[in-house]
Amino acid sequence: MCLGIPGEVIEFLPEQPDLARVDVSGVRRVINVGLLSDEPPEPGEWVLIHVGFALSKIDEAEAAAALEFLEGIGQAYEDELAALRDSQIE
Amino acid sequence: MRFVDEFRDAEKAHALAARIAGLCEPGRQYKLMEVCGGHTHTIYKHGLEDYLPESVTLVHGPGCPVCVIPMGRVDDAIHLASEPDVIMTSFGDMMRVPGSNGAFFDANARGTNIKMVYSPLDSLKIAKANPDKRVVFMAIGFETTAPSTAMTVLRARAQGIKNFSVFCNHVTIIPAIKAILDSPDLRLDGFIGPGHVSTVIGCRPYEFIASGYGKPVVVAGFEPLDILQSIYMLMLQLHEDRSEVENQYARVVPWNGNPVALKAIGETMELRPYFEWRGLGFISHSALKMREAYADFDAELLFAVPGVRVADPKACQCGEVLKGVLKPWECKVFGTACTPETPIGTCMVSPEGACAAYYNYGRLTRQRVPEAISIELSRP
Amino acid sequence: MTQQRVLSTGDREQQVLDRIERARRRRPKLREERITMSHGAGGKATHTLIEAIFLDAFRNPLLEPLEDAARLQVGGATVALTTDSFVVSPLFFPGGNIGDLAVNGTVNDLAVAGATPLYLSAGFILEEGFPVADLTRIAASMRDAAATAGVAVVTGDTKVVEKGKADGCYINTAGVGAVAAGVDLGVANARPGDKVLVSGPIGDHGVTIMLARGELDIEADVESDTAPLAELVAGLLGAVPGVRALRDATRGGVATILNEIAQAADVGVFISESAIPVRDQVRGAAELLGIDPLYVACEGRLVAVVDAGQAAQALAVLRAHPLGAQAAIIGEVTAEPVGLVTIKTAFGGTRIVDLLVGDPLPRIC
Repeated sequence: MCLGIPGEVIEFLPEQPDLARVDVSGVRRVINVGLLSDEPPEPGEWVLIHVGFALSKIDEAEAAAALEFLEGIGQAYEDELAALRDSQIE
Repeated sequence: MRFVDEFRDAEKAHALAARIAGLCEPGRQYKLMEVCGGHTHTIYKHGLEDYLPESVTLVHGPGCPVCVIPMGRVDDAIHLASEPDVIMTSFGDMMRVPGSNGAFFDANARGTNIKMVYSPLDSLKIAKANPDKRVVFMAIGFETTAPSTAMTVLRARAQGIKNFSVFCNHVTIIPAIKAILDSPDLRLDGFIGPGHVSTVIGCRPYEFIASGYGKPVVVAGFEPLDILQSIYMLMLQLHEDRSEVENQYARVVPWNGNPVALKAIGETMELRPYFEWRGLGFISHSALKMREAYADFDAELLFAVPGVRVADPKACQCGEVLKGVLKPWECKVFGTACTPETPIGTCMVSPEGACAAYYNYGRLTRQRVPEAISIELSRP
Repeated sequence: MTQQRVLSTGDREQQVLDRIERARRRRPKLREERITMSHGAGGKATHTLIEAIFLDAFRNPLLEPLEDAARLQVGGATVALTTDSFVVSPLFFPGGNIGDLAVNGTVNDLAVAGATPLYLSAGFILEEGFPVADLTRIAASMRDAAATAGVAVVTGDTKVVEKGKADGCYINTAGVGAVAAGVDLGVANARPGDKVLVSGPIGDHGVTIMLARGELDIEADVESDTAPLAELVAGLLGAVPGVRALRDATRGGVATILNEIAQAADVGVFISESAIPVRDQVRGAAELLGIDPLYVACEGRLVAVVDAGQAAQALAVLRAHPLGAQAAIIGEVTAEPVGLVTIKTAFGGTRIVDLLVGDPLPRIC
């Protein structure tokens, strides 16, 4: 029910401003983007798809920031492990 | 898959596991509630609990919109489907939920025409393609899905479709969370907030939890790393004695929600004075119905619906599982009388139900990763 | 004097899990009074129906193993016999049509029994009003599929029913093949340590059918993987003596076969999500539809259980054949937990892969 999938907007359907074709891993689907009418997505932007509607745009900057944070934690962890290993070599 | 695979990276999970373990105070137990059924599903599907130390327990909440539908409403839906020339349409999750006389697919075996759809728009398409039939869409879901139902009704009106209506069972999340907070049975340390509901309602509605009840809230995404990171953020808040609302899912959730979606809901629907939630009883202002201006799309007005209140079977402990008081395996009938093939309650039927998730995926002895066992590997 | 042992949460949970395993081992009862779509899904409900009605009525030692094909002694020879009915909707789809499925499906059931497929029967149930041109196309496909598989359609039957029944065309095929001496394949043969292989990417057929129904506005470049596997199997069995069992992954998908192995042989099966080949588009479509490729039907893929020492050789043999180019070792047979299939997710956690309840994709084959 909460199922939401990220998809890339490919194009709008001619004469149907509410409908857009999106791509998920090479699979194309027509969805309704009426819920984003305040700031319609452009082709190339990513949206969250839920029961045939785009609920929200995916903010690429925020996604990058989230991944950076995770990278950071990952790296710090690697460093700690390395430090731990080194400190055991006596 | 972009925006999916990166958030399923096992390596980063180990790092987060170490951090989480490092934030655990010795001797203290932590109970974090994940409200949303989608989170319950992800947690079990990816084996996320393997990354958590024993002192951190995830409690499953009532955010499964299928689970909270009382048996009487299922009976009502089947009654609607049994009316002449009716095609009932519903999301797949509802097809096996038991009413007093079987579920939707049992009703189909007796002659109803209940079709599975993936979107309310599919239901509208069926209505257009079958002008001699009356098509009813069983609308379920929290605020995540209500906008889609609303948009479909608006579209139906704009296109002059006369044979389409909605049997509205949308519920709202805040009253459910409040019922949990006010419940004497539970002592929770924090909440993993529902990610997709929040794309619609934003993060502000949860502020009362942090400021009024002093519990931290982190709105979380649905990939396993999202949830693990949210748990880390909650543990950090607890460690630093903060109680705030934070947004881990910022790539999708805008702080102020989606005004267009809220407007669509407001235009077509209004709050019912009260609504019965399976297991939680009657909660006021917790569910939606069609507004008078859209009465011609309201199946409850177009058809006579019995509306009989049906008590849950005596053996059913769904209520306590939904409130997080009982873990699925602690229910007396879990796995014996109540199984996915022979469900007694909704928690075992819905793909997002805690019991279904545990039975189908989690019925295993935990195999925790080293970081979650050996606290020496971690440092706050 | 008895001492009350205070059980920890872990112990209490384990007690419940044990109780559940005992309950699951009891023969499931058929409770329904009417057939529902779940009975056709190939999962738990189908198994229960077969055991409660058909096994009960026809009980005999040749039927009991409930393998894809029965092994019979006729004269001095060992013969394999199998049958399958095809009710796929739509009849024509990317990659083939009901005729291809009807031939390949039965050929494959014989092949995985270790038999050389020889002869097929073909029974048709046609709906009044069905276009003759379509029937001609289907028959032509069957002719070509039979030629590719090296079998002959030697007998058949035709019935016509009124408009509204039979949804165009239903086909039943039965097949007979010769089993070479010494061949003893069966899921009950699986032993701890054995490796589990799959011959290629999973879920192609089921997803193709879902999309071909046209009810969802989804387009993807996927096609059914329907293909005869007899040659692939013959090559494998010829080169690798340590093959314990073969199954073709149709309705219910790979997950259903793994569960059949675990239950028939009283073993555990442990697989790794990252080792399972799935096409990107199948994965994308499955995510969109909320279904798991492990449960989605294939029509030209096999699952093999092979002695550990020969698994690498088996993989090489499969990969050398065009139909096995993307074969992979996806996991292994374990001693514990008995009767359960478990998976290490790409994320690194572990969970169960249980038999399906209900039917996510009806009328797939």
